[in-house]
Amino acid sequence: MAGPVQSIERAAAILRLLAGGPRRLGLGEVASSLGLAKGTAHGILRTLQHVDFVEQDEATGKYQLGAALLHLGTSYLDVNELRSRSLNWADALAARSGEAVRLGTPLEGRVLVVHHVFRPDDTLQTLDVGALLPLHASSLGKVLLAFGAATVDPPEEGLEAYTRHTLVAPEDLNRALAEIRELGWGAEVQEMSMGDAGVAAPIRGQGGLVVGAIGLSGPVERICDTRGRPLQALIALLRDAARAISRDLGAARW
Amino acid sequence: MVERYVMSIDQGTMSTRCILFDHRGRLVSVAQREHRQHFPRPGWVEHDAVEIWRNVQRIVPEALAGAGVDAAQIAALGIANQRETTVLWDRRTGAPLGRAIVWQDTRTAPLVDTLRDRPGDEFFLDRCGLPPSTYFSAPRIRWLFDHVEGLEKRAQDGEVLFGTMESWLIWNLTGGTDGGLHISDPTNASRTMLVNIRTLTWDPELLDFFGVPRPLLPEIRSSAESYGEARALLPGVRIGAALGDQQAALFGQTCFSQGEAKCTYGTGSFLLVNTGTDLVRSHNGLLTTVAYKIANEPTVYALEGPMAVTGSLVQWFRDRLGLISTAPEIETLARTVEDNGGCYIVPAFSGLFAPHWRSDARGVVVGLTSYITKGHLARAVLEATAWQTREVVDAVNADSGLALRQLRADGGMTSDNLLMQMLADVLDIPVVRPLVAETVSLGAAYAAGLTVGYWPDLEVLRGNWHRAGQWLPDMDPERREREYECWKRAVERSLGWMIRSPGQPR
Repeated sequence: MAGPVQSIERAAAILRLLAGGPRRLGLGEVASSLGLAKGTAHGILRTLQHVDFVEQDEATGKYQLGAALLHLGTSYLDVNELRSRSLNWADALAARSGEAVRLGTPLEGRVLVVHHVFRPDDTLQTLDVGALLPLHASSLGKVLLAFGAATVDPPEEGLEAYTRHTLVAPEDLNRALAEIRELGWGAEVQEMSMGDAGVAAPIRGQGGLVVGAIGLSGPVERICDTRGRPLQALIALLRDAARAISRDLGAARW
Repeated sequence: MVERYVMSIDQGTMSTRCILFDHRGRLVSVAQREHRQHFPRPGWVEHDAVEIWRNVQRIVPEALAGAGVDAAQIAALGIANQRETTVLWDRRTGAPLGRAIVWQDTRTAPLVDTLRDRPGDEFFLDRCGLPPSTYFSAPRIRWLFDHVEGLEKRAQDGEVLFGTMESWLIWNLTGGTDGGLHISDPTNASRTMLVNIRTLTWDPELLDFFGVPRPLLPEIRSSAESYGEARALLPGVRIGAALGDQQAALFGQTCFSQGEAKCTYGTGSFLLVNTGTDLVRSHNGLLTTVAYKIANEPTVYALEGPMAVTGSLVQWFRDRLGLISTAPEIETLARTVEDNGGCYIVPAFSGLFAPHWRSDARGVVVGLTSYITKGHLARAVLEATAWQTREVVDAVNADSGLALRQLRADGGMTSDNLLMQMLADVLDIPVVRPLVAETVSLGAAYAAGLTVGYWPDLEVLRGNWHRAGQWLPDMDPERREREYECWKRAVERSLGWMIRSPGQPR
């Protein structure tokens, strides 16, 4: 096993130092307190600032702990912010695929629909922003589960079967989640309601952390081929959109 | 090389965006950069025109790279811009003479008050379709002449050029000091108070009145025609359209028929109704404006209700009060409470625009009690946008004698679901969002694409419009009326705050 990563140790020391007193500290103070070269301390401070763990006062240039540290345990990306940042790409995805688009984030053991773009055929449709979907039976939920953004806590009586296709056995679900991790996308084929299907891909924020999922859904014959497998063309469009949103949110590699 | 995309540049109040669209009107790539807002004194708002041009030079290559294409694959460029913002520059050096004075700036209020007394609103309404207001450009030019030594003389000698942002950008794109085109379009030019709204030419009487020399002014071309090729930045790409941002949004929402309306929610919000080739004079506080002029076709007009402060109220809440860290968080904060707790905010930061037109108004927060939390304030911030829209829709309905049956909403604030529901609730009509929220950019792209034949006609563009979301009214009618009454009383309290003292800055 490799030894400790020096820059992370130093970053931790800087955070402890800033947390130690009520005062904001200047770069020189941080560097001399920890015996670091100014350049080294500056690089670490700038990285910490980039991930919102540290804030710099505009007027004095001094540093303090960032608000993000206080919310480490909760979702760091506001859902309305996520919708706002995704809007253009979700629209473009609906336009290209011809299907309805939804964005989901985890909320108390369910998927909260935070954004919904109608299927662009001008038929009567109802916005289901605010609706809650089951994690194990929706493509959005399965993607959130697969990438560690949510966990299922099966009740005593087991997971609810919405249709005969719903994955209720833990081993079946786990196998499906492993496959989703490998493929980078997930599907739901008549698992939540008969006749409907959906595909979803993860949206990543800074550092690659999955903050939500984006999905296409519709009648099974529009989403899947005759053998019930999701259409590759839709998946390519979906993953492009997920990557574009992730890039905008600051995920480097996706 | 196949020309695959149309490019638009939307030079807005807060930022500049470059977007590529494909044949189906779908967004392909986008690059954006904010510019600094300068507030040197209360009521003053300025931009640095050089910073804005520099931003354009950065985002255009970014947008091309985002789509993996080069300038050769761009069929045409369309420009949409923040309107009325006034920039003067040196014809010889290309350097701006001071910062651009932004449409929200109220420094011309004393002058405007005098004009409203003498010669009075009618004099101006008859000629340019606009009442005197700090909103428009001509009073700013006069102010600059009166406050910058030697400027008026230099303008008379032809050393100075005036433009709104589209003129500034096109001049720079087409060569700048080396033969750059100095042009504008009717949607922009008609907002100066210097253009005759019927003939769409510079009005000698108005020029004379404001003391604006003709050589200062750009040539007025159509909103959609081939102005020429870019020489800088996008060498060889045809510049095919220029529209004020709100008219561009009307175009992008494909409101091509009489009676079709849209409202764009951004820094300010602007409701425009297409009135066809009829020039309609409002009796309810709306502006008569040019919707667009395509090549040599007849001019299409619109009635417009501008609301000066909507999204910028959210920005103020974020940047000046620090109660939220990003604009979309206003919705999160507003949802922490059930209602406004009796609190109303009238954001008359630049006076009140439509339908009141009161430059003596200033912002108020009313109904404060110890009960009020920041959540209630956040709600009042969003409701301010909804109620301002209601006032404008009432004016539109009164002018047309017909009730608007649905509102086509677009712009960045349409990502706020709570606001969209509030709009449906207070207007009591469905609110629909189109599949492309960036209608300003889309409209500029559409107009430029029509010019070069990338799209054949308006019908094809109409076919690109799709509904992406819809909110239906769900509010008890009694409550709606009660709240509207409260809003109106709050508005009354914002009026007359600035006390007139002739000749004094206010």
